[in-house]
Amino acid sequence: MSQRRVVVTGLGATTPLGGDVDTTWKAILAGQSGVRLLTDDWREMLPVHFAARVATEPSEQMERVEMRRLDRSEQFALIASREAWKDAGSPDDLDKERLGVVVASGIGGVITLTDQFNILNEKGARSVSPHTVPMLMPNGPAANVGLELQAKAGVHTPVSACASGAEAIGYAFEMIKNNRADIVVSGGVEAACHQLPMAAFAAMKALSTRNDDPARASRPYDRDRDGFVLGEGGGILVLEEYEHAKARGAKIYCEISGQGLTSDGYHIAAPDPEGSGVQRAIKFALQNAGMTAKDIVHLNAHATSTPAGDVAEANALRKALGADADHVAVSATKSMTGHLLGGAGAIESVFLVKALQDRLAPPTINIENLDPAVTVDVVRDTPRALPAGDIAALNDSFGFGGHNVVLVFNSI
Amino acid sequence: MALAQADVLAGLKEIVEEVAGIPAASIELDKNFTEDLEVDSLSMVEVVVACEERFGVKIPDEKVTDLVTVGDAVNFIVNASN
Repeated sequence: MSQRRVVVTGLGATTPLGGDVDTTWKAILAGQSGVRLLTDDWREMLPVHFAARVATEPSEQMERVEMRRLDRSEQFALIASREAWKDAGSPDDLDKERLGVVVASGIGGVITLTDQFNILNEKGARSVSPHTVPMLMPNGPAANVGLELQAKAGVHTPVSACASGAEAIGYAFEMIKNNRADIVVSGGVEAACHQLPMAAFAAMKALSTRNDDPARASRPYDRDRDGFVLGEGGGILVLEEYEHAKARGAKIYCEISGQGLTSDGYHIAAPDPEGSGVQRAIKFALQNAGMTAKDIVHLNAHATSTPAGDVAEANALRKALGADADHVAVSATKSMTGHLLGGAGAIESVFLVKALQDRLAPPTINIENLDPAVTVDVVRDTPRALPAGDIAALNDSFGFGGHNVVLVFNSI
Repeated sequence: MALAQADVLAGLKEIVEEVAGIPAASIELDKNFTEDLEVDSLSMVEVVVACEERFGVKIPDEKVTDLVTVGDAVNFIVNASN
């Protein structure tokens, strides 16, 4: 059997910058921040008073009755997957046994879990919603998308904290490569802008506390960065076997040609300062794609705006790419979206696909003083043109637990 | 004192509309919850709990399977309130 190739034929998103891909991407290229002060009373309990909530509430995109039996993360998954499926041309006449879904979440239905726990304590067991389990299970977003599309090749949910969304796309890529499916709807979502996860991340000293200037709090690579900004939303990519996409005349954005997966074996939350796991993931991803560092012109970085993480990543990139890092335009879009945890690798893959399509690397905002320890070429403030011809780009994502995922996309 | 059938039907219509999104106007005594109104088993649990709260009655789990139509539920609630 000849080697099966995998292409991207549909995109969907709901993010702190817009309720769809086009609105979000325009805001990204314009360097806008999606970070705002929270309006919830509970913010006063916390040392952090801001987050990056979605720009368009699900209630504007979904019927009330449907919403009430879905966790917010599941609402994001359905909203983004509906957009992506439509963008892919709604190929509904395909063999559903060849259609898969891989949608991740880092935390799952934490808002449902805490809401129902409160109902249990206040009103008793009989008042706990019978929809609770399907709403809080981490595979709920994938399951709901799979149900809606009647996908029968397999519905999966890899969970690896903030690498989950990227791992989902990699899993989908392998499903098509390995001939388990012809189309896989893949991505990640997160809905954790809630006092418990925020208090917990704050307890780790992982969140920025720049309460007097939320829009400038997420500042990857800036000397004075003080932690990440929690975001919510999600991104979905429709992956499709190349010949299948061509046969139905689908619009083809680009190819996904490789992935590299490693683990640090170092610490439950801190990045390995040597970054050897990240370097190996990049090496394996390039090998898997049949490329070298010379082919890479752009990278959407994990860069969450934490003091330790950004430098560890930049060092690993420099070591892995060597002198070729000089021609890699590095973008840290979390400076605008905040950190979507399990959704991060997915929306950043959406941005990578758009960057290849428009030949524009998105900006990194809020860098007032570039940290001198950062030795990669960061795209600052305004988008940067990418070269004409055949180009390739990387998306890297890392998660608590020491998970490293690198995806390779290229023009076609 | 027993609740009036019309009051129970009106309340039940509101609950089913809230839980399952079925327009109140299409909810009548002879409608079957599952086949006509597409209230699935999980949503039926919500309807039952909401009825208990609203009408101040107990609907034991073993009776729920007997409530096939809207009329069955209305009659059960009226009798239980007596």
